[in-house]
Amino acid sequence: MTSMRQAWGETLVELGRDNDKLTVVDADLAPSTKATLFESAYPQRFIQAGIAEQNAVGMAAGLASLGFIPWLSSFGVFFTQRSLDQIRMLVSQTHMNVKFGGAYSGLLNGSSGKTHEDVEDIAIMRAMPNMTVLSPADAEETKAAVRWATGYDMPVYLRLSRDDAGDLPEAGNDDGFAIGQPKVLRKASDMASSKTSINSDSTSTYGSVVLISTGAQSIRTLESADLLASAGLQTTVIHLPSIKPLDETAILEAIGDARYVFTVEEHSIYGGIGGLVSEIVAGRPRSAQPGVHGSATADAMAPQVVRIGLNDEWTQCGPNDFLLDRYGLSAQRVAQKVEETVGIA
Amino acid sequence: MNTHNTTNKKSTTQSPSEPVDIETLKALSRKGRWLVMSTVAASKAGHIGGPLSAMDMFVALYFRQLNIDPEHPDDPHRDRFILSKGHNAIGLYSVLAMRGYFPIEELKTFDHGDSRLQGHPDMLKTPGIDISSGSLGQGLSVGIGMALGAKKLGKSFHTWVMLGDGECQEGMVWEAILSAPRFKLDNLTAIIDLNGLELYGWEAGPNDRFDRGEPLGHVDLPSVFHGFGWNVIEIDGNDFTSILGGFDKAMANRGSGKPSIILAKTTKGAGVSFTSGTYKWHNGVATPEQLAIARDELKQGEEDKSAISTREGEQS
Repeated sequence: MTSMRQAWGETLVELGRDNDKLTVVDADLAPSTKATLFESAYPQRFIQAGIAEQNAVGMAAGLASLGFIPWLSSFGVFFTQRSLDQIRMLVSQTHMNVKFGGAYSGLLNGSSGKTHEDVEDIAIMRAMPNMTVLSPADAEETKAAVRWATGYDMPVYLRLSRDDAGDLPEAGNDDGFAIGQPKVLRKASDMASSKTSINSDSTSTYGSVVLISTGAQSIRTLESADLLASAGLQTTVIHLPSIKPLDETAILEAIGDARYVFTVEEHSIYGGIGGLVSEIVAGRPRSAQPGVHGSATADAMAPQVVRIGLNDEWTQCGPNDFLLDRYGLSAQRVAQKVEETVGIA
Repeated sequence: MNTHNTTNKKSTTQSPSEPVDIETLKALSRKGRWLVMSTVAASKAGHIGGPLSAMDMFVALYFRQLNIDPEHPDDPHRDRFILSKGHNAIGLYSVLAMRGYFPIEELKTFDHGDSRLQGHPDMLKTPGIDISSGSLGQGLSVGIGMALGAKKLGKSFHTWVMLGDGECQEGMVWEAILSAPRFKLDNLTAIIDLNGLELYGWEAGPNDRFDRGEPLGHVDLPSVFHGFGWNVIEIDGNDFTSILGGFDKAMANRGSGKPSIILAKTTKGAGVSFTSGTYKWHNGVATPEQLAIARDELKQGEEDKSAISTREGEQS
């Protein structure tokens, strides 16, 4: 198993072999982000901008204007918040071919605490025109995302977790990395039987539960789904490696007739994938509503979206297990929340 | 409003290879200042003071210094110019138009909907703009990226960045000032337009306050830049002999391993009596009476009088 940041560094080395325009601009965190792998391989194409993220983004824009493909290396939080105006002005508005390796995304950042927790970046970056936002779940998906992003001539923000969270089972998905496409990791209908469905008394098909997550959380969400299955609740699990763009039709199809949709993310409940999925569900065209088309009950059939993530509070430092449990993102806490909500607790 | 008269494409007879004498530069500056005054008056929005303080340097850059070709604005070997103080866009547009990047006629569309000439420079819209700007403090960092990239590509072009003194209150500027010497960018020249005034002005005298004053007036700039590792050049930014001498010194500095900073003392609103030396014309719209005064002071001819009336007609 490999961490996402390690996979990022290794893939840049691999891509740098055939692309002499590939460049890394680091803001003094290369040993942490693993950009050091690139530095060792191509020292002339590694630029140390120092502890000056705004200047680093400006330099990257200047390099991109000459045809270089700069990957920035820092913690995501320092790009998306300290250099937000620079990203907006010099990268997004200009369509510059600059890529952001946003390391240490989410809550788990090696006990650095709330100063380093990157838990608003999805909200910030998905509001940015021309910005692609990728959030892979594991090393293999990271490699595919880095390859795709490097070949794409527009800005890309890539979320990378610090720690190895495991490998994402592909669950029959062998498409590697398809930009914009959600990955259905598990379908409730594939596993459900009438005796385990809590809604077997329902006359309609409404009653299924969908879990949607992104980044490293998706692996834990599968664990939550296992726990729920043990308790008698089969769930559909969807992973979003591509937050923007996102094929909304594919999301709606995957949600189908679900009564409950739980979004689970190492991110604020405001503006993350919880907000994203809520927007998609709320914006579903009436004619496309599944089930009882044109029925007066159609509104009642829209799923309840329950956002699981960081609430409106600042967090703290601590070991990963502690933080996940304390802030409701461990597999157990998520399963518990689902059970309470659907009424089988 | 947005139609272009392509027959006006070559609005000047100057070509890059022909040297332009100082009297011609002065005439171009007067015309550039007039284009700023009249365009802002017609569009009823825009900046005056900064574009006028920097006009002589814009003209010197585009008619004497930069290795550029308006027919090929994206030539990879061209010198780069970054207007970090992006609110001076109309000053740059006026010079780009005179230099032939687009018709002078197109200045009439400045700041209008769907115009190529946005209120702040937009590289995706305007030929000759090397980087978009408008959020202050960012240009020098981009210049560092360009100059560093040029070294890595083995390209000999020079990168110029113009900053305002007010802009230097932004912290990112100092990140860049700290970093450029570390990369030994002797192919980079920054110019600070030291006009001493910003939007929030003050009146000297009994009501003067300790927290108002020249943005960098309390700073020993030559010592600071020497200390940061820059090659320091001081000029009068409203005098062509001084400007061209300063540019020559910057170019002679290539090979030294140090970036150059040109500290250019200027007068805000220079060239027009009622805009000169006051913060009150940081931005503003001249009345027809004021325009007539400016036109006379800038020695603009009958052709330009008709241009005023045309624009006034369009606005009403």
